Amino acid sequence: MTKAEIIDSVYENVGGFSKKESAEIVEAVFDTMKEVLADGKKIKISGFGNFVVRAKKERMGRNPQTGSPIPISARRVLTFKPSQVLKGTLNPHKSSAGQQPGALPPRAGEGSASS
Amino acid sequence: MTKSELIDAVARRSKITKSRAEEVVNCVFDSMTKALERGEGIEIRGFGSFTVRQYKPYNGRNPRTGKSVPVPEKRLPFFKVGKELKELVNDGTGTIELDDEDDADGDLDGDDTDD
Repeated sequence: MTKAEIIDSVYENVGGFSKKESAEIVEAVFDTMKEVLADGKKIKISGFGNFVVRAKKERMGRNPQTGSPIPISARRVLTFKPSQVLKGTLNPHKSSAGQQPGALPPRAGEGSASS
Repeated sequence: MTKSELIDAVARRSKITKSRAEEVVNCVFDSMTKALERGEGIEIRGFGSFTVRQYKPYNGRNPRTGKSVPVPEKRLPFFKVGKELKELVNDGTGTIELDDEDDADGDLDGDDTDD
């Protein structure tokens, strides 16, 4: 799926906007998100996931070709954490978020221990 | 920023009502969710791309008890930040908002999609 297809979807499903307007508003959505993330702020889209900026300290890496150590400079990276709802949508067969009824520890040696 | 704050910002930016902006923002994330549900990737130039990764079943651990827990096969969305946004984020100087993790999601299988 490309941005053009997202724009088409807005044009077809929201209604009342021209193709051009749909394109402009979809651009506004992603431009706003970019600005917020560039500012170091996180974005939480309920039902979809969270975009979080993280600061990474400088660390030593390796040149995979030569094996020689090289410093990897401190940097900011963007991570995405999908919401439980989105994970559930991708895994419909799996029982819902986090609670697995079978996850109780097996009780060892449970038997008739009556005197 | 939450989804409703994103909606407000898009409304201001595109000079449309909040309820219209809400319809568009919901439509954008709905169509993205549906694409991922189909197993389809999403590419937003300048922002990033989403792909669906298939994971085979494996034995994970309950991080609290150290007990081995079988993790069924699953599909997870994976986000790769685009070049432009990656640079914007890395060049950013705003104070980073911490990931407060207030939306507890009871991950017992230790699959925290981090790097």
